[in-house]
Amino acid sequence: MDLSLNADQIAILDALDSLAKPYIDVPIGDHNYALTSEALDRELAVGGFLDVAFDPDLGTVTAAIIIERLARLPYTTEAAMTALVRPLLGDDVKGPICLVREGKPNRPFRFLRPGATVVMVGDNCVCSMEVAADQIRPEPESLYGYPMASLLVDPEFSLLKSHFIDPQQVITRWRVALAAEAAGLLAAALASTTAHVTDRQQFGRPLATFQALRHRLAEAQVRTNGVYWLALKAAASLDAGDAALAALHAQETARIVVYDYHQFLGAMGMTLEHPLHLWTYRLKALSSELGGRGAQALAAADALWG
Amino acid sequence: MDFTWTPEETAFRQRLKDFLAKTLPDDWERFSQHGPASPALTEYAREFCGQLAKDGLLTPHWPKAIGGEGLDPWHQTILAEEMWIAGEPRGGQYMNVNWIGPTLIKYGTAEQQARYLPPIADGSALWCQGFSEPGSGSDLASLRTRAVREGDNYRVTGQKIWTSYATLADTCFLLCRTSDDRKKGISVLLVPMDTPGITVRQIPSLIGEGDIHEVFFDDMLIPATALFGEEGQAWEIIAYSLVNERLGIPRYSLARSALDRAVAVLQEQGEWDGEAVKIEAANVAALCEAARTASYAIVTQRAKGEGVGPESSSARFATVMAERRVAEFVAEYLPEALVDAHPYLKMHHQRGIVAGIAAGAAEIQLNIIASDVLKLPREPR
Repeated sequence: MDLSLNADQIAILDALDSLAKPYIDVPIGDHNYALTSEALDRELAVGGFLDVAFDPDLGTVTAAIIIERLARLPYTTEAAMTALVRPLLGDDVKGPICLVREGKPNRPFRFLRPGATVVMVGDNCVCSMEVAADQIRPEPESLYGYPMASLLVDPEFSLLKSHFIDPQQVITRWRVALAAEAAGLLAAALASTTAHVTDRQQFGRPLATFQALRHRLAEAQVRTNGVYWLALKAAASLDAGDAALAALHAQETARIVVYDYHQFLGAMGMTLEHPLHLWTYRLKALSSELGGRGAQALAAADALWG
Repeated sequence: MDFTWTPEETAFRQRLKDFLAKTLPDDWERFSQHGPASPALTEYAREFCGQLAKDGLLTPHWPKAIGGEGLDPWHQTILAEEMWIAGEPRGGQYMNVNWIGPTLIKYGTAEQQARYLPPIADGSALWCQGFSEPGSGSDLASLRTRAVREGDNYRVTGQKIWTSYATLADTCFLLCRTSDDRKKGISVLLVPMDTPGITVRQIPSLIGEGDIHEVFFDDMLIPATALFGEEGQAWEIIAYSLVNERLGIPRYSLARSALDRAVAVLQEQGEWDGEAVKIEAANVAALCEAARTASYAIVTQRAKGEGVGPESSSARFATVMAERRVAEFVAEYLPEALVDAHPYLKMHHQRGIVAGIAAGAAEIQLNIIASDVLKLPREPR
């Protein structure tokens, strides 16, 4: 047992932080719900950061650490599924990757765009297809902090490329990816909120000196820390129970903290001028994945106790 | 980053499980409902700890030079987990080996170490902790019990409260005021509990018989050789002690074990069929495992010889959250456990209430997280 980063992981995170430097600030005047950068996507691909889990020496924990770190940026990029699920599918599959549960194609999807790979996960099979422009409808009015689109076709499994892998393995990695991304979003949203309450003065002193806020933020830190560690543990074990617990704790924590953070920003928290929504409205999108908290909990209960 | 146990650590855990299976009496679960500080459990703990000591399992994390095996903090964690899961058959002696002993090793004189360490290491000693006072709980530095130097003695006057094990303990790790400086005026005295001038009164408690007491010191005279460390050094000493105690109690382990037991009972009774109970159980398990992994991150720091930072308060609060939710789960879905149907679950429920209070209230942990982890500006005083 050793929960510290190893030398490879430290070096990779250092390189990732250097790459991400131009993307840690929101461009002045950008008041969109979602913030993306083709340059960031390209640099991550060229650097091979999302391919680390193909290398058994680096593995899925390193992938989860990268996902968590990237999720802290105000810019969003499809790192989670590419870094954790793509190694199961094969390196010929192109990102961004959008996972779809069989029978649920009518939901809006994150990062769905022409050229993206839609992966259908059924009870007994995993199939994929590269989508074309006429198969999707972008959703520019979406409230989420991700680029969203709807799938206009209900893919027939027989017409798709089959991947001869266990669907449960895909779902487990999906849950790990969700938890790792949520951990980064939660950390960034917490940091954004603590910065505001530290600077903002009311009644002659910083908001952060009022215990009503301090204790709720401290509890949020405890929960966020828990999501981080559960995500990394699940990334290490790739155990169905660990993954379900991590995803459950992530979705439960998102539910608990998101409105608190907006509340603590007061009216500032209702604006698009403040970047908080970039993380919190992404958390809202993650909250619905894989059936939400109840489904994660039932999956965890099944894995733990049968 | 590695989330697995080494074969040697796994074998150490199995050795402990085997020891417990071999040593604990058949009716242990019912017996363990006697509070951890009860006369019955304290008496049994002397026998149990003596046996542990003979097998080299009481103080394996102590340095070899003083009777330990020099095992690392991971072994200490495994030892503490297995003992707590079993309902802590060491009784109050867990405190001896977790922090009294290590604190004696760090700050004690040769004479104090020679006098107090052997009885801890052979499983015969029982200490109590004279910290809280009627007016000084979380605000410990306001304590008023006073020790005045008179020649070769200290004369001690004052009152302690919420003191565990006080009736049966042979020695008290006593905090008292030797000057008016708020923190630098506090000193530690190591006080034999049979010293004239000490009166102990038990307070009935939710934890079980014998766990909470008032202790009165009426003009107690104690030789000055009882001073532990320097005069005024207590604050530094107890900071060291509490770090050891906070990490020494892996409450998440018993909480998770009680949850698993509760689920097993529900399954046996055919009451594990609704979605609501499964969803709640999974949420509780997530809190237990979050507390466990957060605690392991702190043990990692200790094992690497790094200082334990304020993140330990985060792990501690995570444990409080888990402990409470397990207790609530049992009360909600197995109410008969709080009567007498499931001794193990009742034992957990009785002890769980301590989690957010002992060794620093949960709200103090939140204050530490706010100021020292999140770096928020402090509250005005």
